[in-house]
Amino acid sequence: MPDTVVGKSVSRVDAVAKVTGKAKYTGDFVMRDMLVGKILRSPYAHAIIKNIDVSRARALPGVAAVLTYKDVPRNRFPTAGHPHALDPKHRDKADRTILTDKVRFVGDAVAAVVATDELIAAEALKLIAVEYEVLEPLLTPEAAMAEGAPLIHDDCPGNILSSGGYEIGDVEAAFQEADYIFEDELETSIVQHCQLENHISIAYVDSDGRIVIITSTQIPHIIRRIVGQALGIPWGRVRVIKPCVGGGFGSKQDACLEPLAAAMTLAAGGRPVKLELSREECMIDTRTRHAIKYRIKTGVTKDGKLIGMHIRAIANTGAYASHGHSIAMAGGSKFRVLYPMRALKYEPYTVYTNLPVAGAMRGYGSPQITFAVESHLDNIARKLNLDPVEFRLKNLVQAGYIDPLNGNAVRSCGIHECIARGKGLIKWDEKKARYKGQTGSKRRGLGMACFSYGSGTYPVGQEIAGARIVLNQDGSVQLQIGATEIGQGSDTVLAQMAAATLGLPVDMVHVISTQDTDIAPFDTGAYASRQTYISGMAVAKAATEVKEKILDFVRGMTDIPAHALDIEDQNIVYKHSGEVVMPLAEVALQSYYDPVFARPITSDTSNNARINAFSFGVSFAEVEVDLKTGKIEVVEIYNVHDSGKIINPQLAAGQVHGGVSMGLGYALSEQMLFDEETGKPLNNNLLDYKLPTIMDVPDIGVDFVETFEPTHPFGCKSLGEPPTIPVAPAIRNAVFDATGVAFARLPLTPQLVFARLKAAGLVQEGGDGCV
Amino acid sequence: MLKKISFTVNGTPVAIEVDVRETLLEVLRNRLGYTGVKKGCEVGECGACTVLIDGTPIDSCIYLAVWAEGKEIVTIEGIARNGELSKVQKAFIEEGAIQCGFCTPGYVLTATAMVQSGKQYTREDIKRELAGHLCRCTGYQNIIKAVEKALEEERKEGGSHAANR
Repeated sequence: MPDTVVGKSVSRVDAVAKVTGKAKYTGDFVMRDMLVGKILRSPYAHAIIKNIDVSRARALPGVAAVLTYKDVPRNRFPTAGHPHALDPKHRDKADRTILTDKVRFVGDAVAAVVATDELIAAEALKLIAVEYEVLEPLLTPEAAMAEGAPLIHDDCPGNILSSGGYEIGDVEAAFQEADYIFEDELETSIVQHCQLENHISIAYVDSDGRIVIITSTQIPHIIRRIVGQALGIPWGRVRVIKPCVGGGFGSKQDACLEPLAAAMTLAAGGRPVKLELSREECMIDTRTRHAIKYRIKTGVTKDGKLIGMHIRAIANTGAYASHGHSIAMAGGSKFRVLYPMRALKYEPYTVYTNLPVAGAMRGYGSPQITFAVESHLDNIARKLNLDPVEFRLKNLVQAGYIDPLNGNAVRSCGIHECIARGKGLIKWDEKKARYKGQTGSKRRGLGMACFSYGSGTYPVGQEIAGARIVLNQDGSVQLQIGATEIGQGSDTVLAQMAAATLGLPVDMVHVISTQDTDIAPFDTGAYASRQTYISGMAVAKAATEVKEKILDFVRGMTDIPAHALDIEDQNIVYKHSGEVVMPLAEVALQSYYDPVFARPITSDTSNNARINAFSFGVSFAEVEVDLKTGKIEVVEIYNVHDSGKIINPQLAAGQVHGGVSMGLGYALSEQMLFDEETGKPLNNNLLDYKLPTIMDVPDIGVDFVETFEPTHPFGCKSLGEPPTIPVAPAIRNAVFDATGVAFARLPLTPQLVFARLKAAGLVQEGGDGCV
Repeated sequence: MLKKISFTVNGTPVAIEVDVRETLLEVLRNRLGYTGVKKGCEVGECGACTVLIDGTPIDSCIYLAVWAEGKEIVTIEGIARNGELSKVQKAFIEEGAIQCGFCTPGYVLTATAMVQSGKQYTREDIKRELAGHLCRCTGYQNIIKAVEKALEEERKEGGSHAANR
């Protein structure tokens, strides 16, 4: 297969549209007669709605509809963006209704107004009188799991959404044989996606009576199904259109707005209704990342081999299930191939609390468990007086390893080379020696952390992807995919794959970026870092089929056997010599207009990829800790990834930059804060929530170890989420190296760091002197 | 209360009655159809709604439309001339500074004002000038590179742009 286009940094196919302001996002669709929807939100974290009086709101001129739980279908539905499971036991928890009679977090939707403009809608919200019976708010998993705690969902005893887990081997027996046992407790914080485009949907009823929803989503086909379930109507009566999306990072792998938007247009006689969240709403009533507490116990032999590990995890999933049950399990399964050991026991509990809903976010449980395990490993290395890199090298996976629980195999494995490169880039040995025995108020340290991750969700989830290619009269093609572009660059890399297969330049591949469930091929969407790998397989399959049809058509025109032909640089050529037979455009034109043999060439295919591939990588970080202030400066940071063959180096580096930046925020500054008594959000805006600004992000070093993954036609593996995963533990380990203080929670804010440094005796009273 | 105001958008004169409570962002997007102006926070935190007002980058979400009386407004739609992308736009594409694209118009406008200023900027200066914009996709790396490149291109051409103003 010629791969002249694959591996090149071609410009994004949507770059010109985006840099000129022509790219259309959901909010840019303007419709005549469009109404505005707004949501009344609960001031209480946990309460029963005793009574709602909406009569004054309904009477306000300009109000088209007011909705409460009494006015909408009461069907319970799941919101998580997963393929529908035929087996009811494997379905996502259906714990939502479009509006609720029991509020479960501050900001939960109580009622909704549809009005002619925003000001009237806002005014109408104030006229709704709600009588609440306030219940005890359960703001931590401990409180929610305590004996006698009220139930957040009546069908969920102990407020435990899910538990379970697994045991490989016999962990107690392994501990018996271990020379050392180490234990740690570590925890992560609640953070938010903060994609620049807030959640927004526009819904209307079309002339055929079907509900059309233009929406900013990662998962249009799944949204169609969920809206059908929520309204209790056949799924085919819903049409979902996904235009340009201004970032998602997992928060749009969930049905946050669409069922309510659909209910709003139905209540307003089918007129278009725009439901757009403000930033403040978006940060509390879409999704967050689960805060997870871990207790880890590990058995090690005296030569530094890990032989058994027992991980207990308690994940705070907030008020509704969303992806909660799945995230605890995904985190516990994707990390485990990194250090195969004789025994591994994983015991997760996912617990409902009266906080905003946690769901999918870049890494899907892996940033949390990787922070815990990689920090724990550095604690062990220090106690055993081992270099953290050497300790890991004794335990790392090798190619050929097969996960004993799901059968996924490590076929390509560049983690050892990633570590070697990262070590060289940061000058690990040299700086380690230089920073020994530092004194003074500013201390430098080095840290690193590794990760493993999947490419897609197989075998837990189904991995269907669809692609359609049409050969145009001029020899260009349309490429239509069900995979969704949300900024990560999937349209471009998929176009590169089609171009490489068909011997075309990328600008002869016209990507249809909008997914419309009426016409886009079926694909479950952007999540699990699946599209380059999974959807790429479908594109390669469709392009190969088109190529075969083209060469077969040429055979009809020339009598040259198809197997002797190839396509290169838009020409049909002899495979053996490269001699040009005819231009592709000539074949294309003939395929449309030949009086006898015309048969325009297309492919419309689907691929059920019953396979997975592990990607790997490492972060190396150097920090400087100011003992007087607790401030941490990241001096250097390098991420080195094995994501298989890199399809587009510039876009790939962009994924790493963004992922590392998100990891830096996770490590140092980001945290959703809530009033400890009431559960009220304290920083749900971009001023008080500290996501990294341009001033906070250092230069990010990126390198790739390009293995070739044999299960993919182009040799690639996942890359979208992975860069976020190892950053926080690498920084934490660097701070540990600099100070000797074993930090156990995120984020490492100056306040937290200073308090711990002081407690450790590194800072004298008043913070003036340093010991 | 309605008030009639006049201003130019990308060189085109506009006369329009606006509600005195409306922001420039709302008028540009909802009334005049300049949807390249993005709404990310509505309170001046994110910079996605940046436009040039008499050449100065301003968050249009915290700028009342009535204040625009007599001003020259430039939105992202006015940056490319006759289908030709500007230096800043080309640099953003070449350096891979675009991902989801939602913050891009704002950055391009601030960078355009920097290029037009004729001033010299260190890397730290560039960061400070762009600090009013948030981006969650790029880690800012390629945005900085793109702005450096556009400034360098402008310098090589002897600041013709600034001289024209």
